[in-house]
Amino acid sequence: MKSKKNFDWKTLLLGNKSYLLVAFITIVTGVLVGVGVITKRTPIITPDLLTQIAYTMIMVVSLNLVVGFLGELSLGHAGFMYIGAYVAGLTLYYTHSLIPFGLLRFLIAMLLGGLAAMLFGFIVGLPALRLRGDYLAIVTLAFGEIVRGVLKNITVGDMIKNPAVGFNIKDLTTSYSKYLFLIAFILVIVTIFCVQNIAKSKHGRAITAIKDNEIAARSMGVNITYYKLIVFAIAAFFAGVAGAIFANYTTVAPAIFDYNYSIEFLVMVVLGGMGSVFGSLISSIIIVFLNVQLRSLLTGNLAGLKNLVYALILIIMMIINASPKFVTLREKMNWSYVKSKLQSKKEKS
Amino acid sequence: MSIISTLINGLSMGAVYALIALGYTMVYGIAKMLNFAHGDVIMVGSYVLFVFTMKSIKNPFLAILLAILFCVILGVLVECIAYRPLRGAPSLAVLITAIGVSFLLQSVAQLIFTVTPKQVTMFQFNSIEFNGLTIKTESIITLVVGMIVMIALTVFVNKSKTGRAMLAVSEDRGAAQLMGINVNRTIVITFAIGSALAAVASVFMLFIAPVTDPTLGAMPGIKAFVAAVLGGIGSIPGAMIGGVILGIVEQFALKYEFLASYSDAIVFAILILVLLVKPSGILGKKRHEKV
Repeated sequence: MKSKKNFDWKTLLLGNKSYLLVAFITIVTGVLVGVGVITKRTPIITPDLLTQIAYTMIMVVSLNLVVGFLGELSLGHAGFMYIGAYVAGLTLYYTHSLIPFGLLRFLIAMLLGGLAAMLFGFIVGLPALRLRGDYLAIVTLAFGEIVRGVLKNITVGDMIKNPAVGFNIKDLTTSYSKYLFLIAFILVIVTIFCVQNIAKSKHGRAITAIKDNEIAARSMGVNITYYKLIVFAIAAFFAGVAGAIFANYTTVAPAIFDYNYSIEFLVMVVLGGMGSVFGSLISSIIIVFLNVQLRSLLTGNLAGLKNLVYALILIIMMIINASPKFVTLREKMNWSYVKSKLQSKKEKS
Repeated sequence: MSIISTLINGLSMGAVYALIALGYTMVYGIAKMLNFAHGDVIMVGSYVLFVFTMKSIKNPFLAILLAILFCVILGVLVECIAYRPLRGAPSLAVLITAIGVSFLLQSVAQLIFTVTPKQVTMFQFNSIEFNGLTIKTESIITLVVGMIVMIALTVFVNKSKTGRAMLAVSEDRGAAQLMGINVNRTIVITFAIGSALAAVASVFMLFIAPVTDPTLGAMPGIKAFVAAVLGGIGSIPGAMIGGVILGIVEQFALKYEFLASYSDAIVFAILILVLLVKPSGILGKKRHEKV
């Protein structure tokens, strides 16, 4: 009973910079769009850019749950997103005459998309029980490519006549498309809420224990099967939700969701810091913003520069963060280390 | 009859996959890392061939030698600059770095040569007619050269001093070091051999389709990795078997119209099935994790 009394909503919601950041963006942009300061023709910030930032945030935060907290590399996150986008798109297309309210339609489509992705997340989680590290990474990559390879061949009634080109259901979303980014940012907050609460609970500690040492965690009584499956399923669910937003915003085509797209999310996780939700949010904003700006700036063959920058970020971040030499060097350059050295010198004199 | 020609195509495709898979499997066995950038070395090799057969020199044999040399230098440089500082780091960090190197090579190629595919014709081949059976000469050449290279590699690894050092390092790095083996030098040699094999594979890739673009190596690279995992990663005969199985399966899938567009999905589904049944691959050794 006592612990329930101590449950403090104030510190949970307000004492956390991730919520503050997203809430701030949501309110400010919501007001600006409502007033009419931000429109489709505004330079730099448009509702489309905000939607992109929002679904990217959901993708990166959920991928961080797998990579940063569980410590398994997933190279098929875009595959889950594709499943979510596909199922949500089908739902929206076939329910738009049945359900009158646009928002309700969206919620149903999103839930179905998320659940479909979750089912596949569970299925991909199964080999994760027997495989570790590199093997698992390649299985997730293979999964993403299988999803793409199968869906690019399936025609669906009137909706998907040419599966290689994909489908676009933007016409069916006009009742809420102006405020799609607001819905998306609210979903970002839901994602952060779930991921952070999982990470801070006893389940989160069990997951981190699996990352640090699986055998030790098992001998302490952590149910590894349960936690691995649940982390994969939850991450896939949110990827499916992000996919549902994506389907409302632009064309869903098999060429988009290749493994390079999964790697792009991985770049953001690494840049933001593995295991840091706030870092994921910041890196999503930076990279999506740069992407959109660079896309108009670097056309044609200069587009390779963008990937060059990604590549350098990955290599340099990894060498600085993980190289044994740099880790000891960084410990010595650390301000608190220098401070304690100075203090001990003072005490001596 | 058409089954036989599909089989021969499958075998020669399998030989290409096996050559690439050997690079993956040797590096994995010795440096315990997944060299994600290995496929892109093939792409670099194909561009070297493009420059020296279509632009300057115009002698295909010299171009092949130069491609091998260039790829070896590239492989060694990547090892020394990107992977060596991460020796002893968590495998996730090394894998992400390798993905970074792969992105780097692709984007540099895109900046230099643009995304437009480039035509590279090295030799003119005729097909052989035999009892109503048409066989492509390049398939035969690929198969024969691939087999010679693989036999030479097996002899080198099992008989020569350097080869045995490689086996020792892959068995137990610490013990090998105590026995006086220079581990860093062995790893560099492994990368050099793997890159040379990738350069040879790039020649064969251009036999199959005489065009190259910055993503030429990405898909074959991943498929060859699938072959390496299929055969049991770290095992040299395993990579050869895995490559041949993959090549044959893929060619037969491509032969039938209703399967052709699913050929990639089939290849990856086989990987997942094999790993679920036997996580260490066909010839791989099962390693028990020790506390």
